[in-house]
Parts: sequence; C-alpha cells; structure tokens
Amino acid sequence: MSFLEVKNLNISYLTRKEKIVASKNVEFTLERGEILGIVGESGSGKSTIANAIINLIDPPGEITDGSIKIENIELCHNEEIIQKTRGKKIGFVFQDPQTSLNPLFKIKDQLIETIQTHLNLKYEDALKKSIQLLNEVGIEDAEKRIEDYPHQFSGGMRQRVVIALAISCEPDLIIADEPTTALDVSIQYQILELLKDLTKKRNLGVIIITHDMGVIAETTNKVIIMRNGVIVEHGITKDVLTNPQSNEGKSLVISVPPTNKKISRFKLINPDGGELKNESLNLTNSIIKNWGKRDISNEKLLDLIEVTKIFDSDSILTSKKDINKLKALDNVSFSIFEGESFGLVGESGSGKSTIAKIITNLIKPTSGEVFYGNISIPKSSNNIKNQYRGQIQMIFQDPYSSLNPRFKVKNIISEPIKFFQKSLDKKAIEKNVNDLIDIVGMTRKSLDRYPHEFSGGQRQRISIARALATRPRLLICDEPTSALDVSIQAQILNLLKDLQEQLNLTILFISHDLPVIRQMCDRIAVLKNGKLCEIEKTETLFKNPTHQYTKELIRLMPKIESII
Amino acid sequence: MILKTYNKIYDTDVGYSFFNSKIAIISSSIFLIIFLCSFFAEIVAPYDPFDPINISLMDAFIPPIWSEGGNSSFFLGTDQQGRDMFSTMIYGSRISLIVGFSSIIFALILGVSLGITAGYIGGRYETIVMRLTDVQLTIPSILMALLVDGIARAIISKSMHDEMAIYVLIFAIGISEWPQFARVTRASTLVEKNKEYVSASKIIGLSNILIMFKHILPNILRPILVIATIGLALAIITESTLSFLGVGIPPTTPSLGTLIRFGNNFLFSGEWWITFFPAIFLVVLALSINLLGDWMRDALNPKLKKR
Repeated sequence: MSFLEVKNLNISYLTRKEKIVASKNVEFTLERGEILGIVGESGSGKSTIANAIINLIDPPGEITDGSIKIENIELCHNEEIIQKTRGKKIGFVFQDPQTSLNPLFKIKDQLIETIQTHLNLKYEDALKKSIQLLNEVGIEDAEKRIEDYPHQFSGGMRQRVVIALAISCEPDLIIADEPTTALDVSIQYQILELLKDLTKKRNLGVIIITHDMGVIAETTNKVIIMRNGVIVEHGITKDVLTNPQSNEGKSLVISVPPTNKKISRFKLINPDGGELKNESLNLTNSIIKNWGKRDISNEKLLDLIEVTKIFDSDSILTSKKDINKLKALDNVSFSIFEGESFGLVGESGSGKSTIAKIITNLIKPTSGEVFYGNISIPKSSNNIKNQYRGQIQMIFQDPYSSLNPRFKVKNIISEPIKFFQKSLDKKAIEKNVNDLIDIVGMTRKSLDRYPHEFSGGQRQRISIARALATRPRLLICDEPTSALDVSIQAQILNLLKDLQEQLNLTILFISHDLPVIRQMCDRIAVLKNGKLCEIEKTETLFKNPTHQYTKELIRLMPKIESII
Repeated sequence: MILKTYNKIYDTDVGYSFFNSKIAIISSSIFLIIFLCSFFAEIVAPYDPFDPINISLMDAFIPPIWSEGGNSSFFLGTDQQGRDMFSTMIYGSRISLIVGFSSIIFALILGVSLGITAGYIGGRYETIVMRLTDVQLTIPSILMALLVDGIARAIISKSMHDEMAIYVLIFAIGISEWPQFARVTRASTLVEKNKEYVSASKIIGLSNILIMFKHILPNILRPILVIATIGLALAIITESTLSFLGVGIPPTTPSLGTLIRFGNNFLFSGEWWITFFPAIFLVVLALSINLLGDWMRDALNPKLKKR
C-alpha cells in the first residue's frame, strides 16, 4: 500500500458548448520522502489534479470517476473527511506569494489560526510553535518578524511563510503548484532547497507542479508528464529526462534551452512524433524582394550614455535621502552594434523593461543620452522622430494584452504599414500583410480572425509580424517567451533567429532566463537594481564570469543537465 | 434566415445570457413596444391630441372605459381639455424619449471625450476635469438642470421660450449627467492605456487622438453602454420631474411629466385617471429600461458571468 494512491481519476468541466475533459484515467502513487514532479504544457491538467486531491475543483468542474486515497482513507466525494484532511494532512503552497497570504492579518494570526483549527493547542503553545516553524523555514529573527504583516516581507520570504503555513499542522503531503514561478532565480534556488530539506527531515510526500524542466531535474525523484489530461509518461526523473519515450516527453526535453552550450536552432517535435521543419526560411524571400536586404555595417546602432531614471522624482513626498532607492536606472551605458543580438539579463526590478521603454521613447530618462545612429532619441523633435520611427520596434511579454482585442489580425498587421507607407494602394498592403503572416509561420486564414481565437504562441507570432511590418532595424524583445510553454518558446526563438539571419535585424533581447539569453545573444549585459554589473561576450560570460552577482546567477540557475 | 441569425446570436455569451433571462426578455420587449408606439405615434394613437379639430371640450373628464360614464371611443378616458388620454400619453412618451435619448447622447459625447482625454493625457488637465466632475457631483442633478433652465429663461426671450424649451431641457439634463460618463471612461482608460497594445501603437508612432479613439475607445465601450442605459432611465425621470415642476416641456406639446402635472390638479376632485395613467406609464418605462441596464451590467461583466 502506498502513501498516496490516485486511481482512475476522471475530471471534466461541463460548459455550455462542450464537455472539457481535464483529466482522464489518471493514476499514480507517491511514497513518503519522495518528491513527485508533474510537468506538462499549459492546459494539460496539472493543476486540476492538485486541486482534485484537496477537493478544490471549482464548479462546473466535477470529479466524475476515480479514487484518491491517503493512507487508505478515501478522499473523493467525502466533504467531511476532506475538511479535516485539508491543512492537517495536506499542505498546499500556491504560485503567487503576493496573493496567497491575507494582507490584513499579521503573520502570527494566520499561522496560529491554522494551527488552532487543526491541532488542539493553547494560544501560547501555538505561538511558540509558529515561531519554531518560521525558524525552520529560514526566517531570521522569527520572534520579531512574526508580528509583521505580509507586505513587510519580500516575495521569497513570503513564499517561506506560505511554506511554514503549509507545514504548520505537520502534514504528510505537501502540494506545491508552481511554487517558484513568480520568484527570481536566487530565491527559487533557496525555496527548492528548503522543500527538499523538509522532505527529508519530516519524511513528507511532496508533489511539485511546474512547467520548468530545470526545477524538475534538480528537485524531483519521480516525474509525470501530462498532455490534454492524460499521463503520457511517468517514471524516475533521471530516466525520463535522459531517455524520454513519449513524443510529449521528447518534445519537452529537447525544447529546453541547454545551459552549457549554444545551439544554432532548437529541434522541434510534432505531437505525432515527426520532426517539425522550419518553413519560415524560404518564405522571407518574397519580403526581401520587396524590401531589399539591409547591409550589415557593423557600426554602432544604439548608444546609451549614463542613462539614469528616477520615478516620481518631482513628488513632494520624496526626500533627497530616498531618491537613491527610487533609481530604476543608475548610470547605465552600453552600445549595440548593427547586426548583433544584445542580451539584457537581470532579476525583477532590475530596470530591464525601463531601458526598453526609454529606447522606444515611451518614457524619458531623468538624465543621460540615448543615441540612435546620431539622433538623440529623448531630445528629438517630432520631425526628426519620423526619420527613425518604425526602425525601432518592440515585441512584448504578454501576448494576451499586446494585441488590441477589437481588431482583426489583418488590421493589426496592416495598421503600421498604412501609417508608414501612405502611398501604398490596397492591393500592395494586402500583399505585404500576406507576406508577413507567411514568414511568421501562420496561415492566411487567420487574417480574418480576432486575437482571442489564438493561443499564446500564435499571438506572439502575430505580434512579431506587426513589429516587422515597419521594416525595423532594431527589434526589442522584452521577455517575448516568458509567458509561453517550452516547446512554443523553442519555436518562437527559432523564428526570431531565422528572421534575424534573413533580414539582418539587430536584436535587443531582454529576459530573466539565463539559458534563453545564452541561446539568443552574442553579447550580454547583466543588470542588478538598475546598475550595470558587466558586459561580456556570451561564451566568456558563462565560462568566466567576473562579477560576483553574475557568478551567483549562473551557479543558481536550475540546470536540466545537472541530472544527465 | 431568421432562425440562422437567432442561432448565431444565441451562440454568443451575451445572447445566451439574454435569452435565458426572463427579466431581460420582458423588460426589453416592453421597452421595444413603448419605443415603437411612440415612434409610430401617428399610426398607433387613435387621435391626434395636438390637432384642435379633434378636441372638443364637451368630451372633457370622461373616465376610463370600465368606469361608470366611460365612453367606448376613449379607452383610457379624456383630460380636462377633452383630449384622449391614450393618444396624449403616446405622443407624450415620444417627447420624453426624444429628450431622454438626446440628452444622454449629449452627456455621453461630452463625458466620454473629456474622460478619455483626462485618463490618457493625465497631469494637470486630468486634475482639472476630474475636480470639475467632483464639484458637479456634489450638486444634485435635478438642481443642476433647474439652474441651467433658469439661466436659459433669463437669456432667451419669452416668445422664443416655448420653441426652445426642448433644446434647453436636453442641454440641462445632458450637462447634469456627463460626470458619470467622464468618471467611468477615465477609470477604464487608465486600465487600458497601460496595456501593451497601446504601447505598441505608440512605438509605431500613431497620434494620440488615433490611439484614444481608435484603439482604446472600442475596448471601454461596455461599461459606457451600461451607464448610458441606466442614465437613459434617469434622464427620462429628470425630464418628467422638471416638466412636473413646470420648468420643462410647455403644456401645448405635453410630455409625460407635463401630463402628470395637469392631472395632479384634479386628483382630489375624483378625476384620478388623468394623472394615474401617465404616472404608471412613466414607471413602467423607467423600470423596463433600468432592469435592462441591470441585466446588461451583469451580462457584460466577465467577473459576474455565470459558469
């Protein structure tokens, strides 16, 4: 008998138009002291299973069949038992530490409330236990910090508190749904170490749900790969990652950007097993014929000189002393040469996106200069702006908000064309739009549809087509793949590489993801809290990082190779 | 063909919610009937109450058909001048609806254009516009309308006054309603302008006017539509109140409020129907619009969507 047994689990969501099967005949077991990873692309039913175990499936979702047993106690359809089990036997760690704690209660109150609900303890004992728990998850000065409110903790600290909450009633099972997705690399490392530690010390069963193969490789013993609600592969993590059997498994493993070497293109695998060929290569010909190919001059294209940005600097509430804290960018200087891809890497809040906004003139720097060729971007008048406008374009992070939901795809793509080439007639515009949709690898049928009919990856392709429509020289990619699944990420990265090669684009690639940056860029700049740490050629940076912070980042990033 | 369009509408979320809400169906059909009746008043109404040939003082104060002394040619009775109540109400509701729609469109154009620019441009301009709405919201809209009406009376000569009354009323009600639109529009604009598609349009180089009205406006129409519907009911009631107080539509072309005011004088002398029927009519009209607005608010709000 296993500790956790899930058998023949079927879950479906009944909507007005169709019945969506979120989980079909799912079966797995988990022993104490084991960490089980569940991976799969978005919509594959990972979270549904986690929610089913604690019976938190929202209507119209329904467990139609199957059983979930912990130590031989049936949990399915048993509201009374599940209420006692939830929190006591099963602890849950949510994805977003910003919202999973109640901001109006002190940490103390949240911990004690949970403890007293499930354990028969007096207030003083519960308080003592809470302090001990906070110590255990690595919060310093726990006696004092326990009086604080959630907003007084940083993201990583908050996730520790959430874990303390999850283990407060000595559960036997912890379910962590994307526990580190919202966190930076260094904090992710600490949280995963903490989970591993607790598993050993307390002999827990742990289920980690994630889309990050690096996390799977570094923490789990066993892994389940899901697709469309079905388990397509399961086994020991090392076996699955080194020698995946299913197509889904192969596709997942092969799409992960390697951390130790640079590859020219990702191999792509179809869901049916065949290798996906890249069609976009030949299709650019028509565009090149139209536009003519740009020569690479290897000259300086973009030059940032001591750029500083202070937000709210003119507010009367900020004193001189605080200004240093509000500096989003502090004396940042770098140049980008034509034809290269330049990477900008840093954790959240390091000022990456602020740089992108300054270059695209969405905001103005507080001091410093940005030169495009020899035009100053922040100081240029409207007349001069029109000379370079369209030459700098941007691809955004969130494919769901970067396309106007009320516009058809063809209008989204044709708008910049109409704006920049007013002399073009209808036919020429249509031809341009068709060419653009071809080179980003989508069918021409999609032109007459609205953005909400497409998946995240397809929307990102539309976004790229729109950015290319003005025939840019410099393409800024602000975390273009961080909202996408790995296999889709691989497709988009391949597409960007192809386009760069064919059209001689210069790319500024912004990401928090070191492996992705490594695959994409020739040179990399590392940012921390608005300050530039170092700029180095990619290979040199990964082999011999000089700055302490860079070393740390490279050491802590989750590596899928660690297990192979 | 009709079935096909029906299926297509039923397939959308809003359509589905509509056909599954009794309140929405009933209130919209009532509103539609009233709207069509008043639009085709010449055909629907048995008499033309404004044509002196049809009016005979001999017919004054005839009670409704089912009461003692009722006359089969005047279904709901007649008023003090011998006008058929039913026809007068139909013609009256036409004026009420014209004033309601025009003033709400006026308020909408003013409020939306001020709100969207305030939200998008920000800075001192936004502060001025929003403080203006704050100040105006402290004055009850009926007082605001009275104030405008009073000023208009002082400016416009007496002979012109009756002719201009309807325009003054539309302006007065419109002016008192615009802050609602400005506030909602500004709030929605603040949300939309931070979305990435707006940044993308800026990087392309589109002008601010184009971004505001071509990109942002279509995305914030839903909440504006909801308050426009609820505002329509409010505008009709405000018009009736003003007319009831005697500062609205002149008695020669009575609106519902004017009719209620006439009847009010005879309420205690036994001729209750002169005020009762227009009042009920007004309540039904306003209620059906309000219920429609309520349903629309729920149906267009993704957060309240029933699963």
